[in-house]
Amino acid sequence: MTPPNSIKIAVESLSAFYGPDPSLRNITLPIPARSIMGIIGPSGSGKTTFLRTLNRLNDLKPESRIEGRVLLDGQDIYHPAFDVVSLRKRVGMVFALPMPLPMSIADNITYGPRLAGIRNRARLDNLIETSLKSAFLWDEVKNRLSSSAMRLSGGQQQRLCLARTLAMEPEVILLDEPCSGLDPISTARIEEALTLLKNQYTVVLVTNNTKQAARVADRTAFFLMGELVEVDETRRIFTVPRDSRTGDYVTGRFG
Amino acid sequence: MRIAPKYTQRLAVALLGGATLLTLLVLLFIILFVLQKGLPAVTWQFLSQAPRDMGRSGGILPVIVGTFLLPLLAIAIALPLGVGTAVYLTEYTRETRLTRVIRFGTDCLAGIPSIIFGLFGFIFFVVILGFGWSLLSGGLTLALMILPTIIRTTEEAIRAVPNTFREVSFSLGATRWETVLHVVLPNALPGIVTGIMLSLGRSIGETAAVIFTAGSALRMPTSVYDSVRTMAVHFYLLAREGLSNENAYGTAAVLILAVLGVNLTAYWIMNRFVGRHT
Repeated sequence: MTPPNSIKIAVESLSAFYGPDPSLRNITLPIPARSIMGIIGPSGSGKTTFLRTLNRLNDLKPESRIEGRVLLDGQDIYHPAFDVVSLRKRVGMVFALPMPLPMSIADNITYGPRLAGIRNRARLDNLIETSLKSAFLWDEVKNRLSSSAMRLSGGQQQRLCLARTLAMEPEVILLDEPCSGLDPISTARIEEALTLLKNQYTVVLVTNNTKQAARVADRTAFFLMGELVEVDETRRIFTVPRDSRTGDYVTGRFG
Repeated sequence: MRIAPKYTQRLAVALLGGATLLTLLVLLFIILFVLQKGLPAVTWQFLSQAPRDMGRSGGILPVIVGTFLLPLLAIAIALPLGVGTAVYLTEYTRETRLTRVIRFGTDCLAGIPSIIFGLFGFIFFVVILGFGWSLLSGGLTLALMILPTIIRTTEEAIRAVPNTFREVSFSLGATRWETVLHVVLPNALPGIVTGIMLSLGRSIGETAAVIFTAGSALRMPTSVYDSVRTMAVHFYLLAREGLSNENAYGTAAVLILAVLGVNLTAYWIMNRFVGRHT
């Protein structure tokens, strides 16, 4: 395991394009292991694009391309020899809207592990239980694991998606505004889960809710119009930002 | 002068409802007409015996068997080809001039009259490849005939699967093939089944293409190289040759009930096994 405070992901001079103009400009951002990196910024600032370059999900769009490097444990994930499928097993993702697959709760959890070749029933059952417990969902669903995931409430579905990502036992978890569609109680549950998870995982949390970053992130990066304006300890971003635009944003003067 | 909206609303309800009612009545009339003329001939002997004297007497058992075997063979051939083509066009290629040409081609293929398929099947499968009038020639010909339907319905069904499902699957470490297999196809299944049902209906009722390629033998088939007769062909021959009007309508009644039975079974299977997690 990568030691704490060392750099898990090093983003170096990264630009991302969907057309002639870059959506991300020259981002350099080291992401420390076993901590939560919050990414804040107004809509259209490139937060989601940034996140999707870290597990190469942007590759699915034929028109997208990048410049620069993204190093995971020192290895360039965009190197032609780097295996994308194994990358996505190491770097899990939770999407903005709860996206359970239309199958049972248990099958949602075991989808990733099965693809990774785990067939042992006891091992899969154990993964189901531990991941659902980590996502604070176990007690609510333990008696109906074989019922459809589509029948859960929105908040439950999003915790299921978190559990599904955890069941792959990734090293990094990317979260793309995971609470944007959730009520305050569900949001609190997710945040509670995240603060426990950072002891084990490297977490990158994109959020539209600056207060959420203030509550859970160790370091926070502020993105604006495709550029990284500032990154620092969360406490400093919210109290003594170096850039006036950061201050304006976190105090709600724009965005 | 403007008619008040509440009257145009009533008029719309009356016209639309009338159209629906008329369609249902015509359908009901045809079914009842055939059943009323045909059911008296349908006895256990009719269903369980071989025809005698060219079908003037006896039953239609080999014809029933042929009616089910031929479309089943056609679907067994066309389904993997059609679904494979649809998956390739939607999941593995980008929208280019080539895919548009292929799609235009399948649309044209869908519009070709069945007799042309029959003629092609006769020349190619029966004569050139030497399969003779047989289940195999008929199955291959019908497979070509229903291929466009299966490709297009499968394509539409695959396109209707939300892209987010694919992204979730990829994000969980799936390859494109695993995503197709575990996420795309299961979610497209109801649409694919619709395509199969349409194809099944079309091939069960087909006569022109079948007479030219599968022949019209009344024996029970024992291999794919045997000629078979389907109920639609049997009805056509009995009625045209004036062999037996009673048995012709009896055959038609069995055919209608069989199609109804197949459709009901398919819907039952869909509701039972497919709709569970949506």
